[in-house]
Amino acid sequence: MSIQDFIAVLPLVALATAAVMIMLAITFYRSHLLTLAITLAGLAAAVALLPLAARQTPRQVTALLTIDGYALFFTGVILAATFAVAIFSYVYLRRRTGQHDELYLLLLLAALGAAVLAASSHFASLFLGLELLSSSLFVLIAYPRGRINIEAGIKYLILASVSTAFLLFGMALIYDQTGTMEFGRLAVIAGNTDGAGLLTAGLGLLAVGLGFKLALVPFHMWTPDVYQGAPAPITAFVATVSKVGVFALALRFFSEVGIHPHAHLFLLFTLIAVASMLGGNLLALLQNNVKRMLAYSSIAHLGYLLVAFLASGPLAVTAVAFYLSAYTATTLGAFGVIAVAPGHSGAEAETLQHYRGLFWRRPWLAAVFAAMLFSLAGIPLTAGFIGKFYLLDAGVGSSLWLLVFSLVAGSGISLYYYLRLVVVMYMRPHREGAREGADAFPWTGSLTLTLLMGVIFWLGVYPAPFIDMIERTARLK
Amino acid sequence: MILAWLILWLLAGGLVAWLSACRGDAWPRWISLITLLVELAVLAALWTGYYAHGSLAAPERWLAELDLPWIPALGARIHLALDGVGLLMLLLTNFLGIVAVAASWRGIRYRTGFFHFNMLWILAAIAGVFLAVDLFMFYFFWELMLVPLYFVIGIWGHENRVYATLKFFIFTQASSLLMLVAILGLYFVHGRATGVYTFDYGGLLGTPMSSFTEMVLMLGFFVAFAVKLPALPVHTWLPDAHTEAPTAGSVHLAGLVLKVGAFGMLRFLVPLFPHAASRFALPAMLLAVAGIIYGALLAFAQTDLKRMVAYTSISHMGFVLLGIFAWNQLALQGVVVVMIAHGVSTGALFVIVGDLQDRIHTRDLDRMSGLWSVMPRMGGAAMLFALASLGLPGLGNFVGEFLVLIGVYQVSIPLAALASLGFIVSTVYALWLVERAFLGRNLNKWRLPDYNLRESTVMAAMIAVITALGIYPQPVLGTARVALEKLGRYAAAYHQPAAARPAPPAGSAHAGRDGAGGSS
Repeated sequence: MSIQDFIAVLPLVALATAAVMIMLAITFYRSHLLTLAITLAGLAAAVALLPLAARQTPRQVTALLTIDGYALFFTGVILAATFAVAIFSYVYLRRRTGQHDELYLLLLLAALGAAVLAASSHFASLFLGLELLSSSLFVLIAYPRGRINIEAGIKYLILASVSTAFLLFGMALIYDQTGTMEFGRLAVIAGNTDGAGLLTAGLGLLAVGLGFKLALVPFHMWTPDVYQGAPAPITAFVATVSKVGVFALALRFFSEVGIHPHAHLFLLFTLIAVASMLGGNLLALLQNNVKRMLAYSSIAHLGYLLVAFLASGPLAVTAVAFYLSAYTATTLGAFGVIAVAPGHSGAEAETLQHYRGLFWRRPWLAAVFAAMLFSLAGIPLTAGFIGKFYLLDAGVGSSLWLLVFSLVAGSGISLYYYLRLVVVMYMRPHREGAREGADAFPWTGSLTLTLLMGVIFWLGVYPAPFIDMIERTARLK
Repeated sequence: MILAWLILWLLAGGLVAWLSACRGDAWPRWISLITLLVELAVLAALWTGYYAHGSLAAPERWLAELDLPWIPALGARIHLALDGVGLLMLLLTNFLGIVAVAASWRGIRYRTGFFHFNMLWILAAIAGVFLAVDLFMFYFFWELMLVPLYFVIGIWGHENRVYATLKFFIFTQASSLLMLVAILGLYFVHGRATGVYTFDYGGLLGTPMSSFTEMVLMLGFFVAFAVKLPALPVHTWLPDAHTEAPTAGSVHLAGLVLKVGAFGMLRFLVPLFPHAASRFALPAMLLAVAGIIYGALLAFAQTDLKRMVAYTSISHMGFVLLGIFAWNQLALQGVVVVMIAHGVSTGALFVIVGDLQDRIHTRDLDRMSGLWSVMPRMGGAAMLFALASLGLPGLGNFVGEFLVLIGVYQVSIPLAALASLGFIVSTVYALWLVERAFLGRNLNKWRLPDYNLRESTVMAAMIAVITALGIYPQPVLGTARVALEKLGRYAAAYHQPAAARPAPPAGSAHAGRDGAGGSS
């Protein structure tokens, strides 16, 4: 491993170092604020090292990791999202008793796992990254908060084990057929052995395993329970960082192997996408719990992303990168509001009733939430609008009409439940609701939410510089 | 650059109005009023300036234009342009905006700052729609308009407002997503045929495509515009939204949002897809005639005064749809006049209904009677606008609807005959309205204050406009004429058989500098 290789992976090293430092700090001196400071410093250092690493790109670091613009772009998204999650966690945990420090340690490890996924070009690193991410998430989801999230943690544990089994079996079959675990060589060999049955089966199993992680219909059953059960900042993390890492990996893998030659695989993904878009949105209609509703909506959004995933060409990668970034900022904002919103005595504000009249009690918080919901719904001025436009652009450009119309239908349905929440927020408040609104939260929370809202509007009004950056960095060969 | 300022000024005014609310409820009202008056003055100055310089008669260019890069990766540009029809629509927008602010001067006491913010942002987005000549930008404003409107109806509306807003929002959103797909379809069809990927209106005119593609894309646009218009099968959001909206919201909806659909057809639908529109003309005109008669009949059957006025809108907008698909100069001139006259007359009726509701707290026709004897000024205004609505010669609506009928007569005599049935039914409902609400004896012993100075001024201004339009429509017709002729040239293929397909306009890579090239 040369010095250049080392520089290229420095952001990952920074993350790992920060994790180790937290571990040491906990041993000597427990302090919530100190832990947070180390976490944020580690994340900031990793972000600061990205441009340095970018000078070495594209670079194959051992057989395991490809550090290219694509990997670094998604690492950046992951780091920024983790940064916001750490701040929300601080605001969230301050109101609750218990040992808080380990959460940040796990958060950093999970982020490291997601970043490894974004850079991985080998089955071994894929597996390592995925396990690092999932193992941290079991604990994070079950992080002490009451009985309900033990249930959520166990659900995630079982799910993750099952999906890992699918993945491993898929990898084994592919290895058996091609004799290699490197994506690049594997793709070449797979291209020559035109569609042998076992190879297609292996790819299919791999798709199923990733489908579980991305919570696509019909592998979505765990999502609402886990989203509801986990602490709100962790829900934000599951909904954003873990999805970004896995999706970045899936896009890299399948664009190397190529979906289009494998007709069965293409059909499989199309069906999954349509089912996710329609199923996610229809099920979200029935929810009265805001976290469950956003869980189903995230299923639908991942379905939307598959439209660009299945479209071919460079436009697809740009569309995915833009939409994932917009989706990450928006979802972070939405769950961030839930994390900082005042609930009843230690519980979270999760039911619709909690948000009744929020507009008049906490105008700023409600305005941020409304902006996030409008962005999820894809209304102009927000990032969601440009993102959806990009997806449709990619879909129409590749003439994927079934997918395009499912996207349109899904968006139409989704308006109902997003707007219902907005409507509830500006209803006149109940009498008793007015009193508990006094509970204040620290300025860091408001600042982060405001920044996220700024990002949403910036990407919605003048996205040209950001798109330009995506096109310069996030490219696949 | 003046065009961008026209929009930014309203956006800024809205923000200032919102922020000023902490200093008292009067501030947002005055700030909105001043913002709109300044904008109206600027527009009037522009109009007289163009008149004086004769720019309105020059067919080659836009009256004013702004073209800046926005999102190069998508080929979207900030491209705004003004023509005669757009100028008239902007004047109408500002005029009705002032009316709406004045009409809600006393009625809105709850969160006035946020209310006026929304009002001005609706107007800004509508102004954007009238000015945008880049399809991406057009869609942007088209969607942007909905959010503040949604808040206005949802927060300040009447009893059933949540249902009405959701229905309104979902109808309009779902249909405009179809338009978005059609816009993208056109973008790619054009890009593949010519190698230039652009959303620019001038560039996309005359895109060569198969007749099937053209039909599908045209229908995508048509659905979105028809929902806004509203045309017959997709009109059901309108009575609910109008009835539940506060007075100012109804004025905006009837006066402006409906016009946006018509304007879209006029500027985008027919010129971009002339052959498909031509083949679709008969179904569209049948829908229009059905809308004229159906709307008028249903208006007659209502007992809720506001719902009644809402249904008359469907009837009047039927004339607009009819005129657009007749697509000859007479009909188009009529369409423009109907758009303005309907905006003013229906807007005035909504203001009257709102004022009435403020006084007697009901909209039920059965509970009104003999109101003229206690409120002669309001009664007189209601009478005049009811007469305008039934198409009395001398008032604006007559000129517009008559021109449309002459235009349609040249295309299809049976359709023109059927459409004129609408005149008869409208006479019935308009007189019915006046008779039941204002004439007769004061059975309920109402003792009410008549119009005060503010309300009388609003009415006087609207009466002046509708009468001027009826007696001397020449300035309006003159302003619109060249713009309409230009649209007619863009869509010259509308009246030709599909085989004789003209070559795409030269130099249409980008720039809307009159893509049709030269006067014919």
